[in-house]
Amino acid sequence: MSETERLISPGDVRHVARLARLALEDDEIGRYASQLSAILEHVDAVRRLDTANVPPTAHPFPVENVLRDDVVTASLDRATVLAQAPLAEGDCFQVPRIMGEAP
Amino acid sequence: MTGYETVVGLEVHCELSTATKLFCGCRNAFGEAPNTNICPVCLGLPGSLPVINRRAVELALRIGAALNCKPQRSIFHRKNYFYPDMPKDYQISQYDEPINVDGFLELPDGSRVGIERAHMEEDTGKTTHIGGGGRIHEASHSLVDYNRAGVPLVEIVSRPDIRSAVQARAYVDELRAILVATGASDGRMEEGSLRVDANVSVRPVGATEYGTRCEVKNLNSLRSLERAVDYEVARQIELIESGQRVAQETRHWDEADGSTHALRSKEEANDYRYFPEPDLTPLVPDAYLLAAAAEGVGPMPAQRRRRLSELVSVNAELATRRDGSTDQVGTVVDLGLDDLVVGAVTAGADPRLALARAANEAAANPEAAKKLDPAAFAALCKMESSGQLSATQSKEVLAELMSHGGAPGEIASRLGYEAMDESALDKMVEDVITSNPQEWQRYCGGDEKVAQFLLGQVMRASKGRANGKLVAAAFVARRDA
Amino acid sequence: MTASRAPEFASLVEIAASVRSGERSARAFLAQSLDRVRHLEGDLHCFNEVTVAAAEADADAVDAMVRSGLDPGPLAGVPVALKDNLCTLGVPTTCSSKILEGWLPPYDATVVSRLRRAGAIAIGKTNLDEFAMGSSTENSAFGPTRNPWDITRVPGGSSGGSAAAVASGMVPLSFGSDTGGSIRQPAALCGIVGVKPTYGVVSRYGLIAFASSLDQIGPFATTVADAALGLEVVAGHDPMDSTSLERPAPSLLASLKDGVAGLRIGIVDDFLSDVSPECGAAVLAAAEALAAAGAEVDRVKIPELLLGLPAYYLIAPAEASSNLSRYDGVRYGLRVDGPDAETMNARTRGAGFGPEVKRRIMIGTYALSAGYYDAYYGQAQKARTIVIRAFEAAYQNFDVLLTPTTPSVAFPFGAKVDDPIEMYLCDLCSIPSSLAGHPAVSVPFALSPDGLPVGVQVLAPALGEVQMMRVAASLERAAPPGVRGPVTP
Repeated sequence: MSETERLISPGDVRHVARLARLALEDDEIGRYASQLSAILEHVDAVRRLDTANVPPTAHPFPVENVLRDDVVTASLDRATVLAQAPLAEGDCFQVPRIMGEAP
Repeated sequence: MTGYETVVGLEVHCELSTATKLFCGCRNAFGEAPNTNICPVCLGLPGSLPVINRRAVELALRIGAALNCKPQRSIFHRKNYFYPDMPKDYQISQYDEPINVDGFLELPDGSRVGIERAHMEEDTGKTTHIGGGGRIHEASHSLVDYNRAGVPLVEIVSRPDIRSAVQARAYVDELRAILVATGASDGRMEEGSLRVDANVSVRPVGATEYGTRCEVKNLNSLRSLERAVDYEVARQIELIESGQRVAQETRHWDEADGSTHALRSKEEANDYRYFPEPDLTPLVPDAYLLAAAAEGVGPMPAQRRRRLSELVSVNAELATRRDGSTDQVGTVVDLGLDDLVVGAVTAGADPRLALARAANEAAANPEAAKKLDPAAFAALCKMESSGQLSATQSKEVLAELMSHGGAPGEIASRLGYEAMDESALDKMVEDVITSNPQEWQRYCGGDEKVAQFLLGQVMRASKGRANGKLVAAAFVARRDA
Repeated sequence: MTASRAPEFASLVEIAASVRSGERSARAFLAQSLDRVRHLEGDLHCFNEVTVAAAEADADAVDAMVRSGLDPGPLAGVPVALKDNLCTLGVPTTCSSKILEGWLPPYDATVVSRLRRAGAIAIGKTNLDEFAMGSSTENSAFGPTRNPWDITRVPGGSSGGSAAAVASGMVPLSFGSDTGGSIRQPAALCGIVGVKPTYGVVSRYGLIAFASSLDQIGPFATTVADAALGLEVVAGHDPMDSTSLERPAPSLLASLKDGVAGLRIGIVDDFLSDVSPECGAAVLAAAEALAAAGAEVDRVKIPELLLGLPAYYLIAPAEASSNLSRYDGVRYGLRVDGPDAETMNARTRGAGFGPEVKRRIMIGTYALSAGYYDAYYGQAQKARTIVIRAFEAAYQNFDVLLTPTTPSVAFPFGAKVDDPIEMYLCDLCSIPSSLAGHPAVSVPFALSPDGLPVGVQVLAPALGEVQMMRVAASLERAAPPGVRGPVTP
């Protein structure tokens, strides 16, 4: 196995796919592992950068305190919203049973 | 004692009393028809963007100030995880740059619990589990209502300074009083506007390292909190004593069972992948925000208790007095009647009496009591102190004052509570002496206990109208004559 | 190249004047547009949805306003196409993804509202690479769009449909979105003008997010003046977008004719070596033309800009991985059932997203995950700072910079789609200004030996749209004939 392929293993792919709730076919996993490894290798220059004393940029411009007044505005019509739901029951969105508790 | 120390940290989520949600203009209201207060933003529709509610920031700063925190420049982060009640499948919260840090909460007994942080975040929607008795694991499916999604929350995280279940309860009780006093929240645990999770661990007394902690959820009342902490401490001690290790896990409090059990969730690492929220700008607590936060905020419960205690000259020594004055101070402040008492004392009422009447009688109807005119309350207290009214009569007048208003003097008159005619009183005293010669002899011989009996006889004969002090004075006068 | 020159619309200003004066109706312009669509859409597939009835109703309304003596606005009667990642009330908005197929937004994007208020007539939603991820429109779940100059070649991406619609003369104005080059690159490949504004100048409210700190909406048109007017109409502060700058729309039209005398223009040397000969030559020719027009032209080296591409391919996917979490089958869009909610989510997303979207979600998730955040996302945000500082230094000495827009002209279908890195390299020249939040414009300036369009990119510092468009207009005047659309395939 080459250096590149080792950057992201099939196990890594399964892990991120689980974090991202993406169901992948078994035969796709290997291909994604190679492709993601290639991408990571391509961006490796960034990982190796000397960034001592360089702050990160989260926003291009340093704007602060963008706020709005605590004033009620119109809500959406429930029927319109529920009409777009894959599955609605009464006035709510329906989902299959949830396995885990909320964190 | 078991030789173990209880260590508890509490995370309290508090819904803010704003008119609208944290990031959109939908109404922030409890108990409305499902999915009626939703919009593209709080529903997380594609293309929507959040905009921060100024009032929520002011209230968050207000809470921080009330908890003696330091306000600081803060940013929002995305906390990424999937759950049906989360419209975006990430929660906009605060991570390592929260708005309030490093404060403390002072309990009524004077002890302090450190506050690590009080940060802002948005609430989730609500899921109802259908089938299986409403329990998540036996459900066939779930229904989601997003009315609550996006409601502003402040999460208050204490340091692990709490050392008992009782103290945990006192902490939440005081915190709730503070939150209500700031006007930032209505603090209703039963409505979910105040939610408590407890982090509980134990360690041998004298140890400096913390033991493994478990997070306990589903604490819906103060009583649950206290019971759960006690249970969890006992469970952990038993594990350790039997040579096992406490597993770090999240546990669910079962009220009916009186126990905690581990949540049977799927083996899934909770990697939240926090990163700064790119759709929002940083918050800097500038002079405007801080001034708006402080505006109209009165003194906190601890301050008010101190003020009242000083006024009534209650101090630590008296904490064990039978008349329970310190409890009365706490009760009066809790009910928001301290201004009434202070006002009455300023108008000349006897402090102890005003306090007692507020804590015991006015407390029966706090809403009405808050509307009492302190001058009228003072006048009533003076009528009782001077002997014009007996204690019983005074309480009746107060009740009437609260339910129908009026003036104490006029009410007393109407109820026929004039001070009893002196000669009528004298006659009654004579009658009682005559009817109870043996008791009278004993009283004259120095028996104080029988004085109560004689007094009681006069009170009975007068149907409560006699003034106890005057009667007692009459007996003394005859004995010494 | 087999394309021929196509009949053109009048300029936007002329169309609006004509409609406002009653000389020609909005319906007439619409008919001209729809006629062209019917003629070519089979070959080109620019649109996911053509909204004929709604457009006719809108045009009727504009004409009625004119008859009542009311002013319908500066874009009165102008047919316009909208990229299908812009929310349009009651009209399907799919991001060219199966996961949003058939979704009807209950609201309009701010840009869409502003266009309507200006009297523009939206005729439909254009095709794109799925969720705006791509440089060829081959990643669309509904089939690719074809380049009007040569239908065996890609129109570029991700806003391929919007570019091709203007380049084929279907509409005089369209809108796309640009995150790393998704307006500029297709503009270059299709021989038209495409503008990415300063970050925050155009509201993102209603733009379905790909990478929040990079996404911007911008116009496509066949001329700089039309693109400038299109941008003016939609730009300006929006309280619904916290990242929207608290400034009014820039005023660009007036200064387009001002010329470039005295402006300092820098050719970014670092991009000239990695691009095809015709793309490099076009930049040099453009520089000569600007010098002849009175500008001070010089070369400049800004090697830090080459960090842009790798930094972008960590930052954009990271933000995207979070932005795309909401597509979980619960509230809208596709749902593939499962025995429990978690499985339903995974199956829905597995079936609903194409391979490029999945790749970016996974790389993004990886870059943010525990243990890797500092090395990847954290470092990338710092690399971003380095790029911004390098630009700042360069702009001490120059007013605008000149680069190729793309490393090559339009490539054949299938040439790059199987090699993600090859595809990513298309954005080499466009990414740095995205990272910095700076404005940029692509202007058609040359043709390749095969007769395919070559674009030249003008970069300016933040809020430098005025001088940027001045330079673009000058380039346009100096460009040889035949380099720009519209064309008929």
